[in-house]
Amino acid sequence: MSIDVAITVRRGDFVRDIAFAGDAPVTALVGPSGGGKTSALLAIAGLLRPLAGHIRVGGRTLFDAAAGIDVPAHRRDLGVMFQEARLFPHLSVRANLGYARRAGPAEVAAMAERLGIAALLDRWPRHLSGGETRRVALGRALLARPAALLLDEPLAHLDAERAKALLLLIAESARNLPLLYVTHEPDEAMALDAQLVAI
Amino acid sequence: MTPAEWQAILVSLKVAGVATLCTLPLAFALAFVLARRRFAGKAIVDALVNLPLVLPPVVTGYLLLIAFGRDGPLGQALASVGVSVLFRWTGAAIAAGVMALPLMVSPMRLALEAMDRRLEAAAATLGASRWRVFATITLPLVLPGIIAGTVLGFAKALGEFGATAIFVSAIPGETETLPLAINAFLQVPGREGAALRLALLSIGIAFGALVAAQWWQRRAVRHRA
Repeated sequence: MSIDVAITVRRGDFVRDIAFAGDAPVTALVGPSGGGKTSALLAIAGLLRPLAGHIRVGGRTLFDAAAGIDVPAHRRDLGVMFQEARLFPHLSVRANLGYARRAGPAEVAAMAERLGIAALLDRWPRHLSGGETRRVALGRALLARPAALLLDEPLAHLDAERAKALLLLIAESARNLPLLYVTHEPDEAMALDAQLVAI
Repeated sequence: MTPAEWQAILVSLKVAGVATLCTLPLAFALAFVLARRRFAGKAIVDALVNLPLVLPPVVTGYLLLIAFGRDGPLGQALASVGVSVLFRWTGAAIAAGVMALPLMVSPMRLALEAMDRRLEAAAATLGASRWRVFATITLPLVLPGIIAGTVLGFAKALGEFGATAIFVSAIPGETETLPLAINAFLQVPGREGAALRLALLSIGIAFGALVAAQWWQRRAVRHRA
């Protein structure tokens, strides 16, 4: 999938230019922490409005300051797996997975089976371990059937074994789905056979 | 209890109930705007909302009397549709609502400010429109604040005295709420018993409301991280 980003964003007191382009099934943004990777991901998802520039994903213009285009986040059709998972604390795992309107009960059950979280469906997010939380977040994003999936450091703070397992799940369950993967660990990107973009 | 005492109780519940329910949407809208929006004159809106907290209630009642009086702007507007709130229970409800407003806005605003807005962003990436995000994420997560504000407002509306006395006076069966009735009984020799009974009842209602609010709040936060 083609990604073409050239934006100026404000984060706190800093203004930063971010520009990159790629055209691969899996694109990985790599670079040191605080380098603007997360800002780029948030801007692509429609959660951070750039001061200037343009964002095109899969040939679709999502943002273009000059043309006055700014597609709202809920119409961008991009799934996001956030670093902090962001599960809804007042909803059960089942309701979290089924939050997207496209996710019916049968799809939720099938996805839970695929991700090995079927036994957790009636639990509350605060009772989940770190690895379980990530898997629910991954399933929730996939069940919205997005055109592409954006992942922001999805393995952060997991021990090596759980990180490896989750990376396998991501690679498996997101097959045929374009990925934009943000990480400071180039190894993760290599494991996904990603086109690397340094920021 | 005497019929006069029952009458005061019923008037109080009616006035406080209507005042709280009618003020609730306005209070939430104000809390939302104050918590989420930046605009010129925000400090003035904030001060106006909180003014009844610090103004002598007599002054608030007097201002209401001017605004809703025969020559007042709101009084004339209501008169043109054949409505007057002067010396009516509806007027008592207005006075109670104005006095309760700051106590209702404050917990709702705190809840909105404390809420993790990144959850709203996450819901948007799942395809939820702004309204769906509000109804399914924002509202349930700030519900404890809404409950706390509503109960505080109701308790305040039940206890309102000064503004009500000035604005609509104390007419038994129409505007005479519990505190006004207690005051009236205290003016009459030999009616201290009635005053004491109503005072105890006021304490009971207020205490019950606070306990209920805490129970609801705990229920609402049970599933939060």
